[in-house]
Amino acid sequence: MLFNPPSPLEVKVLTVRFGLPNSASIDTFLANDGYKAFEKSLDMTQEQIIQEVKDSNLRGRGGAGFPTGMKWGFVPRQSPKPKYIVVNSDESEPGTCKDRVLIENDPHMLIEGCLIAAQAVGSKTGYIYIRGEYRYLIDVMDKAIGEAYARGYLGKNILGRGVDFDLYTHTGAGAYECGEESALLESLEGNRGQPRIRPPFPAVAGLYACPTVLNNVETFAAVPSILLMGGKAWADLGVAKAGGTKLTCLTGHFNRTGVYELPLGFPVEKMINEVGGGVRGGLKMKAFIPGGSSCPVLTGDEAWPLTMDYDSMAKAGTMLGSGGVVLMDENTDMVKAALRIMHFYQHESCGWCIPCREGTTWLKKLLTRLDRGMGTEKDIDLVGDVSKNMMGRTFCPLGDAAALPTESIVRKFRHEFEAKIAKTQISMAGVASPFVVV
Amino acid sequence: MTFSPELEAKLTKLVNSYPAGRLKSALIPMLMFTQDEVGSITPELVKEIANRLKITPVQVDEVVTYYSMLHKKPMGKYHIQVCTNISCLLWDGDKLYEHARHKLGLGHKEVSADGQFSLEEVECMGACSWAPAIQVNYDFHHHVTPEKLDEIIDSLRKLH
Ligand SMILES: Cc1cc2nc3c(=O)[nH]c(=O)nc-3n(C[C@H](O)[C@H](O)[C@H](O)COP(=O)(O)O)c2cc1C
Ligand code: SF4
Ligand code: FES
Repeated sequence: MLFNPPSPLEVKVLTVRFGLPNSASIDTFLANDGYKAFEKSLDMTQEQIIQEVKDSNLRGRGGAGFPTGMKWGFVPRQSPKPKYIVVNSDESEPGTCKDRVLIENDPHMLIEGCLIAAQAVGSKTGYIYIRGEYRYLIDVMDKAIGEAYARGYLGKNILGRGVDFDLYTHTGAGAYECGEESALLESLEGNRGQPRIRPPFPAVAGLYACPTVLNNVETFAAVPSILLMGGKAWADLGVAKAGGTKLTCLTGHFNRTGVYELPLGFPVEKMINEVGGGVRGGLKMKAFIPGGSSCPVLTGDEAWPLTMDYDSMAKAGTMLGSGGVVLMDENTDMVKAALRIMHFYQHESCGWCIPCREGTTWLKKLLTRLDRGMGTEKDIDLVGDVSKNMMGRTFCPLGDAAALPTESIVRKFRHEFEAKIAKTQISMAGVASPFVVV
Repeated sequence: MTFSPELEAKLTKLVNSYPAGRLKSALIPMLMFTQDEVGSITPELVKEIANRLKITPVQVDEVVTYYSMLHKKPMGKYHIQVCTNISCLLWDGDKLYEHARHKLGLGHKEVSADGQFSLEEVECMGACSWAPAIQVNYDFHHHVTPEKLDEIIDSLRKLH
């Protein structure tokens, strides 16, 4: 079931069981430390569990990198309302394909993470929101959940310890925006995936306006190893303020694309050359996206000296994001890349707020014109201006996600936009009327 | 409307997955699962689901129009979805889509006259490290070349 051979440079913490025979079955799981962390959590207080997660410096793996222990700490545990666990398995950020690998190979690890989170906040019910395209994973997850019920790890009076917890899968139906936490909750309640105004954050008022722990698949999946190793030891796998390992998806022009588990702080150069086998065809790297298409794009020169962690990427003006690395070689057409990225955000904009709905539509039109070589210098400036004006002015972060890569591509690869204009101007010499396209 | 016993069992399990008074939560999964059997979201299906979940048909409809995987017209028996998003684009996903268009003689979201095939250019579907990727209905195919695509389509055609 593995998608790619492992790399000897990986540090296997979340992926230890990958590649074992029947790695998705409860028997394999139980024979390899499975549910031991949950049993441990049954003898811990809620404060102790949350403290352990805080000590681990685990930061949310869905893209924003918010400290997980702190987030769990925001849940008002004394509230009389029910508390919910919600797993974000919407995985739609272009370049990202790791949650899929985690669920396919080790679904019980995710169940165990949910059980521990439920213990930490006193929750009795959880939902795993899986994007509609991953229908086969719903079957994998349902099977694992069925096994866990049959063996007494889910349901009433779990392991005879007086703990109740029910876990269900829930399918999405094709909408990137439903990966955004508040839109996801709307979708889970049976509505259009339009985001909610915050505060209140889900920790306080999430599913059915009740306190909710909402995290990415990989975030929950990391928790069992944190309890087993101890938070501090887990933190030490990574760098200061960002503990542990990260499932990193190498996509684009690598010789060895694939999903690899690398410690936070892993050098970009080593990741490309040794884990990924170098740039395809021995070419130069022109551009680099560290964590999904929402991140500002780096030039090759900017990216080589960096390390894969939140601070290093922030200093370079981009983000670690979701772990979806996109490498573009020297032959990549950056105008086309910018257009394709905008095409996506325009399609996925939920249309709720004007800067995003209109901004993405106009940017797509401008970029289409520029890509066809029918734009003008002014259009290039306009793309930069429109993206800058969208930033920070939209209802949810999708607007920024559309603007950030676009603005950075236009700024750093302006010469490519100009070259396309110059090329058509030569061929169009003698044509009198200016072009108005799309 | 009557559904197959397997689907009914699935729907019963589904409506029992949510807390009392939160029946509407079952809406999107219910639409997805029934669409698979019925073929599309027909007006009759909208009414049926509205009845079962004790909401109005308009409440169902407003959800149907939001989600890209829910459709009011039937797609082909084999719905070929080609990803052309960034990671696939870098492995010639756009050319693969062009190839599929010619091979099938169909455009974006078009269905063949015999109802066997339909084509869609789709957004990232979480197969980026194994690009370019396609899905035939819910089945993933990775590292797809034009030749491999031809083989897939030809073998599906032979089934008839
Ligand atoms: C437009 C948009 C799409 C998102 N898509 C996803 C997604 O597919 N999966 C995910 O885990 N988080 C996604 N997020 C981030 C979530 O809003 C949220 O921060 C995250 O699920 C929290 O979990 P974490 O703290 O474990 O990362 C998205 C955010 C935005 C703004
Ligand atoms: S930023 Fe875009 S996706 Fe977010 S609410 Fe506004 S229109 Fe919707
Ligand atoms: S970009 Fe094609 S599957 Fe992600």
